[in-house]
Amino acid sequence: MSLKRVNPEQPKTFEFSEKFKNIAEEILKKYPKKNKKSAVMPFLYLAQKQNNNWIPLAAIKYISKYLTMPYISVYEIATFYSMFNLSPVGKYFVQVCTTTPCLIRGADKIIKVCKQKISEKENQVSKKGECSWTEVECLGACVNAPMMQINNDYYEDLDEKSTAKIIDSIFKNKILEPGSYRGRKNTSPENIKTINGTDHA
Amino acid sequence: MPKILINGKEIEFEPGMTILQACELAGVEIPRFCYHERLSIAGNCRMCLVEMDKSRKPIASCAMPATEGMNIKTNTEMVEKARKGVMEFLLANHPLDCPVCDQGGECDLQDQSLYYGVDKSRFSENKRFVSEKYMGPLIKTQMTRCIHCTRCVRFATEVAGVPEIGAIGRGEDMEITTYLEKSMESELSGNVIDLCPVGALTSKPYAFSARPWELKKTESIDVLDAVGSNIRVDTYGWEVKRILPRLNENINEEWISDKTRYSCDGLLKQRLDTPYIKKDNKLVKSSWDEAIDVIIKKIKETESSQIAGHLGDLVSLEGTLAFIKFFELLGSKNLEFREKKFYINPENKMNYLFNSSINGIEKSDLILLVGCNPRHEATILNARIRKTYRQNKTQIFSVGDPGDQTYEYKIIGDNTQTIKDIIEEKHEFNSILDKSKRPLIIIGESALELDTGGYIFEELKNFLLKKKLITDKWNALNILIQNASTVGALDLNILNNKQNSFEFFDNIKSKKFKILYLLNSDNFKFEKNDEFIIYQGSHGDRGAEIADVILPSAAYTEENGLYQNLEGRVQECRKASYPAGEAIESWKVFNKITYAYKNKNLFDSFNTLRDELFKKIINFKDINQLPNFKEPSKKINCNFKHEKIFINPIDYYFSNSISRSSKVMSDCRDIKLKILKSGTDN
Repeated sequence: MSLKRVNPEQPKTFEFSEKFKNIAEEILKKYPKKNKKSAVMPFLYLAQKQNNNWIPLAAIKYISKYLTMPYISVYEIATFYSMFNLSPVGKYFVQVCTTTPCLIRGADKIIKVCKQKISEKENQVSKKGECSWTEVECLGACVNAPMMQINNDYYEDLDEKSTAKIIDSIFKNKILEPGSYRGRKNTSPENIKTINGTDHA
Repeated sequence: MPKILINGKEIEFEPGMTILQACELAGVEIPRFCYHERLSIAGNCRMCLVEMDKSRKPIASCAMPATEGMNIKTNTEMVEKARKGVMEFLLANHPLDCPVCDQGGECDLQDQSLYYGVDKSRFSENKRFVSEKYMGPLIKTQMTRCIHCTRCVRFATEVAGVPEIGAIGRGEDMEITTYLEKSMESELSGNVIDLCPVGALTSKPYAFSARPWELKKTESIDVLDAVGSNIRVDTYGWEVKRILPRLNENINEEWISDKTRYSCDGLLKQRLDTPYIKKDNKLVKSSWDEAIDVIIKKIKETESSQIAGHLGDLVSLEGTLAFIKFFELLGSKNLEFREKKFYINPENKMNYLFNSSINGIEKSDLILLVGCNPRHEATILNARIRKTYRQNKTQIFSVGDPGDQTYEYKIIGDNTQTIKDIIEEKHEFNSILDKSKRPLIIIGESALELDTGGYIFEELKNFLLKKKLITDKWNALNILIQNASTVGALDLNILNNKQNSFEFFDNIKSKKFKILYLLNSDNFKFEKNDEFIIYQGSHGDRGAEIADVILPSAAYTEENGLYQNLEGRVQECRKASYPAGEAIESWKVFNKITYAYKNKNLFDSFNTLRDELFKKIINFKDINQLPNFKEPSKKINCNFKHEKIFINPIDYYFSNSISRSSKVMSDCRDIKLKILKSGTDN
């Protein structure tokens, strides 16, 4: 993971839309009044959701005022977590896991495909803005390694061929189904379908 | 008290102490980077690892509370290995640029790697590089050197109260920065340089100008405000290279304000190094004899009642006494030290002191600010108020709006009626005040400047006397004096028992004076008529501009002198350098004039001057001690007038002749003005 760069082009203002504001108020109710800054992470997530999957500086300022926190504290949190994007990402945001189990199972090959198909560099949005990719730390699906996350879905048990297929489908704007690409159901064993004579998983 | 075993030695410790503090009690030194006794505990540098019985892993002593019966060892192989390991990790990404680093010679990392580190590194990969961060005109950054101890982050949020520094990113990519690289908006920002254990944050004005071992160090005090912070003046030859804080638990702890620290380049600029005489409307260089001849000729042809003197803000007690004695000799009583007309009652010493003492702020449970802005008028004192606000949750109220004070306070009114209500016990604040055991009322010069200033002071004092809050145990009455010379001048009876008269100001206005002697006085604003103005001082500033004769004298780092701070504590300011050019110590100037005038010396020697001074200081106990308490005697009645309490803004970075001559201060001021213009929200 490299340090997240703040996008040079920033919108001047940011404000929660009516719908998100209601959600934000609901979130605030979960915390005691004196600890309302606890809501900073869900708020950042909301802001990201509202603003095409990235957080502009104006949103950081807006949230820090909303929760009466210093700007720098919100900024620290936004830069700490890899789930918060500080510059625009593609409509389909591909996160490839490169932590040890995935790497042993060939995550570097998936990275290679991403470089060829999407963009030369990490976090670079493809020409038409459909897609961008990044390396991330463990996404907790080691049993289906190697894997990648596209927006909210996990694509598992990948190899070069299947990755290429998925990315091509992104460009056609008809994305394939998530899940295992070697025919496994969730995390069930690949070859032995039954354990102790009964259907498992 | 519980006991703990440290290296086989049994030590008693106070409950609540950490292992590191207990080790210090036992006289065992524990290396550390992130731990600092005045900041919260972070525990992230891991340098303070020690071995504890029944623990297989070494433990971080700075974060672990000491408990009864612990067995700590700090000299075992495990500890040594742990320290070496931590040191190797810290140095893995630390550049080897000690020869060009300003921290070299006083660097914690350098020293500790010498004592506890290893001589080689197994890290063969590339070191990381972090780009420089802009943190304003005072702090130079070299963030590649940073070891992420987060002392600066904790200082900014906890002590300075401006949460502007933070750590962004994580892991190897963590970087310390201010939000979007803005300069730090604090009057205490310079202290992060002292806190930084490595050379990541260094002083910008001092960059590459000297090495610590070639500087002469003089322990002195600061006179640029009335707090009297303890400082160390580092000189190289004549030049004052830098000013650092000195530990004094009673006053400044270990912080100093930016003005104290960075005004020192003003000591090299705009200096008066030779006497000047105005000829044909132009100031011409002259000799001492010539200048004094002109003065004496003028004095002789003027009536003594038409000679007046104004004392400036940076004058020592010695200078003040010489000034007063000189005017006694001339037979004139027209002396003044105030820059603006504010009410002062010199009848009792208590009436112009911060009686609760700076340490007392921490004992207080309620603070009421009356027309003062302590953040700018006495920065270090304000840091103490913030400390008690954080630690003891002290409630703070204010009459008048002083702006951002780095802590929360409630404004209970903005006019004199509020004060009257409090005195007549009609205000809702009274119920809070009655509950408080040790309240503290701080009256600022802005409140005393009002027409009702007398009423505010005298009636509040009577009110506190009635409430039994002015005793020798707790004195709630506090005046926030702004100038270092004020308390001393009042002690030496500069006003000649003329209480609260503004005769001097009236006479200046009605053009009564023929000669005006300005002793280091640059802040006194008046309309110049055809007075003959003698300016004696160190800097070519506002006073010198209008002068007819200029006599050069020493600045505060160039002469030995006593100063009384706002608590009435007498402290010694020591000579670190010598006066510029032909300038001499200010008391010697008066000796010189007197000798030429009456053919005798005002003082035989510096020692006789000091002895006389000690006799004259009221309620004097000892140097560095608070004065004795004396019961107030008579009551004075003053008139009430309904007025708005407006707190006069202070041009913080430009408040005296030395900081006005400083380039660094003017840079700071420019940035502050820019921020004011664009609004605090960038």
